[in-house]
This record gives sequence, structure tokens and C-alpha cells, in this order.
Amino acid sequence: MNKRKLYPWYFAGAAAFLFFLLCFVPGILGIAYSFTDWNNFSKEINFVGLANYKAVFQGNSEYLKYIGNTILFTVVTTIMKTLFGLALALLLTQNFIRFKNFHRMIIFSPQVMSYLVAGLVFRSMLHPTTGFLNNFLRSLGLNGLAKNWLTDLTMVFPTVMTVDTWKGMGYIMVVVIAGLLSVSPEYYEAASMDGASFFQKFWSITLPLLKPVLVNITVLNVTYGLRVFDMIYSLTNGGPGNATGVINTAVYKEFSKGNLAMGTTLSSVLFFVVLALLYFIIKSMEHKEVEV
Amino acid sequence: MRKTGKIIGRILGNVVAMLISLIVIIPLVVLFLNSFKTSGEANRMTLSLPKEWMFENYQTVIEQGKLLSSFFNGLLYAVFSVLIVVIVVSAAAFVISRNPKGINRFLYYFIISGIALPINNVALMKVLQALHLVNTQIGIILLYAAINIPLSLFLAYGFIGTIPREIDEAAVIDGCKPSQLFLRVIAPLLRPIVSTLFVLDFMSVWNDFTMPLYYLNNSRKWPMTLAVYNFFGAFEYSWNLVAADIILTLAPVLLVFIIGQKYIVGGVSAGSVKG
Repeated sequence: MNKRKLYPWYFAGAAAFLFFLLCFVPGILGIAYSFTDWNNFSKEINFVGLANYKAVFQGNSEYLKYIGNTILFTVVTTIMKTLFGLALALLLTQNFIRFKNFHRMIIFSPQVMSYLVAGLVFRSMLHPTTGFLNNFLRSLGLNGLAKNWLTDLTMVFPTVMTVDTWKGMGYIMVVVIAGLLSVSPEYYEAASMDGASFFQKFWSITLPLLKPVLVNITVLNVTYGLRVFDMIYSLTNGGPGNATGVINTAVYKEFSKGNLAMGTTLSSVLFFVVLALLYFIIKSMEHKEVEV
Repeated sequence: MRKTGKIIGRILGNVVAMLISLIVIIPLVVLFLNSFKTSGEANRMTLSLPKEWMFENYQTVIEQGKLLSSFFNGLLYAVFSVLIVVIVVSAAAFVISRNPKGINRFLYYFIISGIALPINNVALMKVLQALHLVNTQIGIILLYAAINIPLSLFLAYGFIGTIPREIDEAAVIDGCKPSQLFLRVIAPLLRPIVSTLFVLDFMSVWNDFTMPLYYLNNSRKWPMTLAVYNFFGAFEYSWNLVAADIILTLAPVLLVFIIGQKYIVGGVSAGSVKG
């Protein structure tokens, strides 16, 4: 049977065309425009070489701060979501926990709301004078703990990252639970017979067998973290000042100022970073090296 | 001694589980209660029940927030873009998964690279302008279809691999052409993955905020997310109305989530565990 005739490539044509036109072309075009002075104020577009990249990387530009924030956000939220997700998954697969499925559903539920709505919910919860959290702390007599969560320069970034973890950890938990359930219980039975403790079983059975899942989660969290926009835009819009600005909020800022070349340059920087990681990302999605 | 330790551990485990569930759910409960309070009562955000249940908050919000039109906009964008995704992705996944060589292999990796690579929204504006799609509903639908293709293709590709090839062979012996093979034989077998894609992509489109922010500057074309964001800006000090608005935005996805729960969890784990 002729495979090429039976499975004609043009069946994939529509998907490839849409993706090419609206995702790939803008990426390439964006890189091309990052070497120009494209903006909303003049019709002419001139080639300026690496000037935009120099503006980003030279001296102590605000753009470097955005890139640093993006990396910090990515690293911290990846670690927090993985730790919480893993711990919750381990806890909520134990037989002695009552209403396991109910807990799982509750903890997963923020996942279905948009980042924007989650951001708005917490903007009201964390309001310094009328917000629920500060009211609650004051009612316990803990006035000292009531902070300006989203306006205090030192508090704001940890707050944003915590809210993001609140929303994202349930997803990670569900993925890990699926991984845990695919581990054959016989391993644990054998280990129990040999007198292994909970932590020994965790280190020697659970963790090695979860490795592909954990790699996957890390990839998910890192690619999300690098591209984060909605959550930060709705919680702080990058403020106060530029304390919580990340690459994608900066792109939007430059875009709305009409500073299109700078917007596309920042976007391209992000593109190159992810492109450098792409091989590992795709490999981890297929993870042929370990088969659970 | 060991036994008491075990019991304490079990109680502790249950307490921790309950505490975390509470931390996750409390913001949503407060929001829900607030949506029924009077403006003054809502400003002292607490967990207490409303003294008087103000159902009219919802009516006010629907009228003032132009929620009906943005609700239907959101529905339009989600349903049509998901339909496009499901159709083009199942066809693509079918041929790529059956014959993953040469150009098909290239197309597969080319498309799934989009799972990770960021969209350049600034340059995308230029492309949409060239195609006369800025500020149009058809433009936003095509855009949503395009950005959801990569992950959907990845999931569908994995699923089609589980359908035995012998089915194809039998169909060919019976005289099926490629299009008949796909439409009559394979497509009906795709129901589980199509449901997963439908739920996941619907939620992703409904919840998206970036695309209308960049490409729709006409408030009559806004979906729910952008409408609620704008409403929040205008009514920041009427927490009761803001809460009602947020609850109304959440309702459709919650509904889809409850109906399609098993597909979501199935899709989430298939995407990351089986690969």
C-alpha cells in the first residue's frame, strides 16, 4: 500500500497554513523589524542595525530589569508550583485522607478561571484597607501583618508570585497524581515487605519513576513563566513603578506607546530564549528516554 | 507509641488538606457572598452572609457592563475557533501520525514548536493589517484557531497513534479513498480526543485576554474577559458589582469544567504523562 497516497500530506495543510501565517510569520517578521526604527509616528521605517538590542542590553536600562524580573518570576514560580503540586499530590493519594476527590477538585478549580479574573479577584482580596486578607488579619488582632500587598515595593513581587502559585499549583498536582497512579503498587508492596520507610520509598521509588513527569512539569512552568502577561497585567500592570514589569508587559507598554520597534525587539529576545530551549522542550514532551 | 504517632500523622494530614482547600476556596466564597451584598456591606469584605440578598446586583451588572453582548462575542469566538481547530487538527494529526516521515515529520515539529514559542504580538499586528483582519471578529477567530493548533495537534497525534492501523488496511481493501477513510472510518473513532480538545480549547479561548487587548479596540466586539477588566476599572469601589461581574464571567467555564471534567483531567494527564 502506498503510504504517501493513502495519507496525503495536504490533509495537514490547513493546520500548517494557519499556524504559519499567524504564528510563524509574525515571529520572523518581528525579528526583521527589530533591526529598524519602526514606530507609529512616522511612515518611514529605517534600518538601524543592532541599536534596539543595544538599548536593551547596554548600561542599566529598565529593559534589563524586566528581563531579570521575568527570569526571577519563572524560577520562583516553577519551584513553588512544583513543590506544592508534588506535596499535594503525595498527600491526596494517601488512603487515610478523607474526601480526597473533593480536595483535588477544589485545589484544581482555580485552573479553570482566566488569569485575568484570578488577578482581579486578588486585587480586591488584597486591597490594603477594604480587602479580605487585611480585614481577616486585623480581626485576629494581627494588625502588624496587614500589609500593602500590591503597592509596597518589597512585598509586591512575592505577592504576585504567590497568587500565581495559588492558581497554578492545582494543575501541577493533577499531573503528578496521574503520574503517581501509573506507578505499579507492587513496587511499594515489595519495599514495604523489606521494611522501607515512607521517605525511603519516596526517594527510591516515587521520585525516580516520576522523573519524566517532573521534567515535563518544569518545561510547562518555565514556558509559562517566561511568557507571563495576563496575571501581572491584571494584578499590578507592572507597577508600582516598574517593580513587577516583565518582558510581555513591557512589550504591551511599548506597543501602546507606539514604540513598535522596541516592542518587537523585546518580543524577539524572548523568542530567542525559548528557541534556545526548544530542543529540550520538545524532547521532554516526547521523553523517549524513560518509559513509565 | 508508634500507633499514636501514626494516628497523629493521619489527623495532621487531613488537617493540612482541609487548610489548603480552604485557602484555595475562600477567595471564591468571599467573592460569591460579596456579589449579593449592598455596596456598603461589600466594602467590609468578610465571610459573613449578606444581611439582605441583593439579587438585583446581577441585573445592574448585566445592564451596565454590557455583559450580554460580550457574552455572545466570547461564545462566538470560542465556538468557531474551536470548530476550526478540531477540524484542521484531526485531519493533520491523522496523516502525520500514520506516516510520520519526510514532509509530515517536518510539519509536525514545525507546528508543535508553537506550544512553547511566544507570539510576537507587535509584528502580528502588521500581518493582521496586511490581511485586513484587525478589529474584525473573523480575524480574532482565526487567530485563536492558530494559537491553539500546536497543543491540540500534539494531543491528537498521540491519540491517533492508539488507533490500530489494521482498521485502515481493512478499509482500503474495501475500496476506501483517503478522504473516505478519514471521514467515514477514522473521524467517528476520534470522539474522545475531540471532546478533550473542545473543552481545553474552549476554556483557553474564553479565558484569553491578550488578543482582544491588542487587536479589538471596539468595545462592542469585546469578549467577557476584556469587558470585566474594563468594568473593574470603572467600578473599582463597588465591590459587590465587581464581584457579580466576575461570577458571571466564571459561570460558563465552571459549567464547561463540571460537564467536561473527565476530559480536562484526561487531556492534562495525556499531555504530560503519556506524551
